[in-house]
Amino acid sequence: MKHLKQNIAIVYLLCASLVMAQQTPAPKQTKPIAIMGATAHIGNGEIIENSVLIFKAGKLTTVAEASVVKIDISNMEVINAAGKHVYPGFIIPNSTLGLVEIDAVRASDDDAEIGHLNPHIRSLIAYNAESKIIETIRPNGVLLGQITPRGGRISGTSSIVQFDAWNWEDAAIKVDDGVHVNWPNSFARGRWWKGEAPGLKPNENYTKQVQEVTHFIKQSQAYLNGDKPIKHLPFEAVRGLFDGSKKLYVHVNDAKAITDAVNFKNEYGIKNMVVVGGEQALQVASLLKHNNVPVLIRRVHSLPKHTDDAYDQPFKLAKVLTDAGLLVALENSGDMERMHARNLPFLAGTTVAYGLSKEQALQLITLNAAKILGIDQTYGSLEVGKSATLFISEGDALDMRTNMLERAFVDGRDISLESHQTNLWKRYSNKYKNQ
Amino acid sequence: MSKFIALLFACLCCFTFYAQEYFPKNDGVKAKNTNYTALTNAKIYVTHNQVVDNGTLLIKDGKIVASGKSVTIPKNSVVVDLKGKTIYPSFIDLYADFGVGKPSRAEGTENKSQYAPNRTGYYWNDHVMPENNAIDRFTYDAKKASEFLKAGFGVLNTHIQDGIVRGTGVLVALNNNGNNANRILSDQSAQYLSFKKSTTSKQAYPSSIMGSMALLRQLYIDADWYANGHIETTDLSLEAFNKNKNLPQIFVTSSRMDALRADKVGDESGVQYVLVGGGDEYERIEDVKSANTTFILPLKFPDAYDVENPFFATQLSLSDMRQWNQRPANAKILAANNVPFTFTTNGLKSPKEFMGNLSKAIAYGLSKESALEALTTIPARVLGNSQTLGHLNKGAWANFIVTSGDIFNAKTTVFEHWIQGEALAFADKDQLDIRGDYTFTLAGEDFSMNIKGEPTKLQAEVTTAGLKRGSKLSYSNNWVMLAITEKDTTKPAFVRIAASVEASKNLKGEATLSNGQSVPFYAVYTIADEKDTGKKDTPDDEKTILPITFPNTAYGFKSLPKQETILFKHATVWTNETDGVLEATDVLIKDGKIAKIGKNLSAGRATVIDAAGKHLTAGIVDEHSHIAASSINEGGQNSSAEVSITDVLDPSDIDIYRNLAGGVTSIQILHGSANPIGGRSAIIKLKWGETANNLVYSNTPKFIKFALGENVKQSNWGNRDRFPQTRMGVEQVYMDYFTRAKAYDAHKKSGKPYRKDIELEVLAEILNKERFISCHSYVQSEINMLMKVAERFNFNINTFTHILEGYKVADKMVEHGVGGSTFSDWWAYKFEVNDAIPYNASIMHNQGVTVAINSDDAEMSRRLNQEAAKAVKYGGVSEEDAWKFITLNPAKLLHIDHRVGSIKVGKDADVVLWSDHPLSVYAKAEKTLIEGAVYFDLETDREARAAIKKEKNQLINMMLQAKEKGLKTQAVKKKEEPHFHCDTMDHQF
Repeated sequence: MKHLKQNIAIVYLLCASLVMAQQTPAPKQTKPIAIMGATAHIGNGEIIENSVLIFKAGKLTTVAEASVVKIDISNMEVINAAGKHVYPGFIIPNSTLGLVEIDAVRASDDDAEIGHLNPHIRSLIAYNAESKIIETIRPNGVLLGQITPRGGRISGTSSIVQFDAWNWEDAAIKVDDGVHVNWPNSFARGRWWKGEAPGLKPNENYTKQVQEVTHFIKQSQAYLNGDKPIKHLPFEAVRGLFDGSKKLYVHVNDAKAITDAVNFKNEYGIKNMVVVGGEQALQVASLLKHNNVPVLIRRVHSLPKHTDDAYDQPFKLAKVLTDAGLLVALENSGDMERMHARNLPFLAGTTVAYGLSKEQALQLITLNAAKILGIDQTYGSLEVGKSATLFISEGDALDMRTNMLERAFVDGRDISLESHQTNLWKRYSNKYKNQ
Repeated sequence: MSKFIALLFACLCCFTFYAQEYFPKNDGVKAKNTNYTALTNAKIYVTHNQVVDNGTLLIKDGKIVASGKSVTIPKNSVVVDLKGKTIYPSFIDLYADFGVGKPSRAEGTENKSQYAPNRTGYYWNDHVMPENNAIDRFTYDAKKASEFLKAGFGVLNTHIQDGIVRGTGVLVALNNNGNNANRILSDQSAQYLSFKKSTTSKQAYPSSIMGSMALLRQLYIDADWYANGHIETTDLSLEAFNKNKNLPQIFVTSSRMDALRADKVGDESGVQYVLVGGGDEYERIEDVKSANTTFILPLKFPDAYDVENPFFATQLSLSDMRQWNQRPANAKILAANNVPFTFTTNGLKSPKEFMGNLSKAIAYGLSKESALEALTTIPARVLGNSQTLGHLNKGAWANFIVTSGDIFNAKTTVFEHWIQGEALAFADKDQLDIRGDYTFTLAGEDFSMNIKGEPTKLQAEVTTAGLKRGSKLSYSNNWVMLAITEKDTTKPAFVRIAASVEASKNLKGEATLSNGQSVPFYAVYTIADEKDTGKKDTPDDEKTILPITFPNTAYGFKSLPKQETILFKHATVWTNETDGVLEATDVLIKDGKIAKIGKNLSAGRATVIDAAGKHLTAGIVDEHSHIAASSINEGGQNSSAEVSITDVLDPSDIDIYRNLAGGVTSIQILHGSANPIGGRSAIIKLKWGETANNLVYSNTPKFIKFALGENVKQSNWGNRDRFPQTRMGVEQVYMDYFTRAKAYDAHKKSGKPYRKDIELEVLAEILNKERFISCHSYVQSEINMLMKVAERFNFNINTFTHILEGYKVADKMVEHGVGGSTFSDWWAYKFEVNDAIPYNASIMHNQGVTVAINSDDAEMSRRLNQEAAKAVKYGGVSEEDAWKFITLNPAKLLHIDHRVGSIKVGKDADVVLWSDHPLSVYAKAEKTLIEGAVYFDLETDREARAAIKKEKNQLINMMLQAKEKGLKTQAVKKKEEPHFHCDTMDHQF
């Protein structure tokens, strides 16, 4: 093990001189690539111990057990990955990567527009494909993300990108995939500066706030049914919710509000809805299941929201919701969410200590996420015909000790695993070595 | 209401002997009334525990001349027969703002911070105002006084409720008939203090409770120094403070924790405060007892929560629910533990609420005798006025209450409140009680009538031939006025009756029928109404008080964990010593220590735990934590060396328990990073359930937090008006303080008299290598700078915490001999962490720096094992070394490695049993022990969850029952825990 690490270090050092501050996106796959002998974690719960994976022009053409297939591997780049692990690229939904560079520097902050009902605000065009943060996320296996605006009641429209691109146009794999609503909170904080008790009390304005959303949706439906003599940008932006081309992401945590949101979806004929957060989703699991509403559960590495909650409540939420028959994936919004995105695999790993199997945990950040985001035709698992967006790790990628990426591919393109951070690592390691 | 006022005025002119003899008189002759008043045949509570039946109270000139059974009544006495009535001494409230009001709030410019005081000639801190005297702002408020009098209070100690040192109070007798010459019993009755800043000044310091504590400590020292003539300039505050020294000192807080903190400051400064508490004293009765002082208790209990909505009910915390159930028993528990206490009306919307709340405390087990003592004898003693207040013996002020019976019974009528011999009546005590049943005949019809209700608000129910008639009744001066509707209620037709009450309670008078004809009226009193006297009895059902736990929250212990003898068999043991990781090894825990490590150890009497397939490690040590404290930053100045986190520990923080569940056993609670020189740390063990004092390490190493960079420059907030605003300025802050500390220390050591300065004392400890610095740091320039400053003053920085660019200066750090306690992978949150890399720990480690991984975060601290594992991933640190990053190395950095940090015979048995390889993401702490006692155990945790669910359900049912009974409820509140980081300030302080 130690030797291996040193070898990697040497490989890194060799590349060091070539690397500039920003990583250059990899060119298109020109030659078929075969990964031989690795344990393939398909992403759908299955495993192939001694596998062969072949991809051509960015698409997987073979995924099989090495002992049962015969393949001519001439004219291919062959990667011997015996003892190693192959995974589909991890997917981070509800992310602001590329929208903010440094939290405390306002000039670098582009994640929340002013205004209240902003479905027309689109994250994609502000997405900085060259963010220095993104290049630190990829080396841990996170290769795809849903870039989501924040703020307001209707925050805006997200898009899904891959993380090795020259620009946002290049990065986009699904444009304008969903509209995000911050559902009103059942509890509101007292305004202590106005002499109110400072704690959280039932939100007196809840109904009014919900009505704002329903009013907007009613208005937009009326508009869309009419002749549209003058284009109304916010109303146009929600059209996809009714024809199924966009999903409605409702950011909501408590059981009552989740119920209200599901009723809202049904009443207004919104085709697809996803709960984001879902802290109390277990209480209304059968409702969610019955209405085919999946859940992106809030950051696993969180504190329980209530003093009385079990200490492991956030750790085991994925397990209990999976057991309840819901389609579940992970999201990571919150404090320092962008730089934390690289810990997505370890959020999944933690759910294993609290009940899920390793392959189930993997699904939370691969195929389940792809299904929820609506990109599972192309991404999310190692299946023939899908994009070769995958990586090879020295060991178990859900455990930080063994999450060591050797190669990673986005649509078959062999991407760089270097970053501003590995540069500094090498530069200062050398400094001491040479002194 | 009008009747009430009429009575009030009726009494105003009863007696007027209040004419000062040296005052001129131009509206008549000067006459002096030398008569006595004798109240006879009453049941008299002379004191709370001395009762006389059929006694006499003889008063003259506002004072008691005699009281008891055999009192000789002088001939010139006005005798008042109080047969069947009871007399109690007036109540005293020590904590009021009666007649003083609230000072107006300072207007401040929003975009400017204020560090200097508004005043000159006074103490440097505006919030210290011992020179304030309530008497200067006092205006008697007769209307408000009547409210107090009706609630039983006759004497109030009132003060300006504003500021940290609030100056003196006024002791006032609520004599509505007299004037200030009589009423004011003392204009310097007590000095009041609190932790809360004045609203009249925007001066920033102190911005935390620990700052207030430090300020008070220094104030006592400065006052002494001033008294001894060492300060040449005038300081009116210190002068007043010294003048007030011998008064009772009343310290105002709103919680037990703060009350005990105040007591600590008092003890250190040689002052015993009387403490205004929070009503939660019962939760830690032993601590409260050991404060050894009198408590002034608010008598305000939480209403039941409105739990009908199950969605909302789930948001309630068990501790909030328990408070509803347990708080009414607070006084009873204090009494049972012989803690003296008195009550205050402060915090109630109106004194009217007081009696109801007191009855509740009594229903929960407080004896009536203790209640009366708490309202009379004890406050009188606190004031040093036991001669004249709180009892009805000779020499006392004639301050007493006349009632129809037991004052603590809701049915009882308070007739009169006498203050200084003057009566204020609320109900006519001589008026016959006509409540009961009557029969009469009118125009050939037989009527029956029931009179009920409060004596001042009677109602009549009139029926004839089985039909109820509308009626309206009023009763005063022994006359009853009654109007009854006719049978046909659609017409505006009434029978009107005016009748006087005979001694037999029969009513005799005249009725005017609706046709205008007058007929005689005579109603015969048949039976007294016993059952319904208007007010409902407090239900006498059993008061179930749920058990108090330690702490009194979810997951609290019913009894504290005890040291056990435990043998872990066949564990994989991570020793952190030269033995490395031992497979299939036994570890014996005994007397709180690691007793033996080896193969096949004999169990003896030890509890055997099969640890085959599991891993046993030393408990995790977090070098940088902000949990378990009530405040983290004193940001009011650029140095706050005088404050200490040890002052503000909060042992009830649930994050202690959650940390245990993550295998953490020791933490350093650091001051925040609001200023270059922060406050002193607390180094504690996470003994969940223990009191604050018992958490702190014995012989604790002394640490202080320093900070560099964006936070201390206030780059991301603030108004750019506090020095320093640049890294250049930060260096000069240190140069300034250490230069001064050096001079101070030299002066002190010379033996000459010196003004003790707590801040400089702490800095001198650093120079003398008795106190260590843990410095929040980011970029290499500032890291290097601080090492150079330290070297110039001939000491070493102990630890750089955060130290995200430590990898750039690791060689210099080794040379200086400083350790690095860093994050595993944080960056991108501020400009100064642009070059933070996850390889930092490994590079520093490779260069020979003692490296720790810390949390600075209540969530991450419970997964520090995962964070250490990242050092394996980023930079290839060996697993054993990575494990030391969160155990032995932080223990070394904190100078506690002789006790914790490794599994070694003789060290404290602070160990964790893991389900899996401890650095694995799949590992879970199964048991966490501190000094051989099990503080966390998965199995116990499972039981606790079930118990919490059960208890909450029980409480919800109790609350629903309360609501059904018509008791008041309040909206559900969701408990929020403050989670502190380096840059968290005390909000709302």
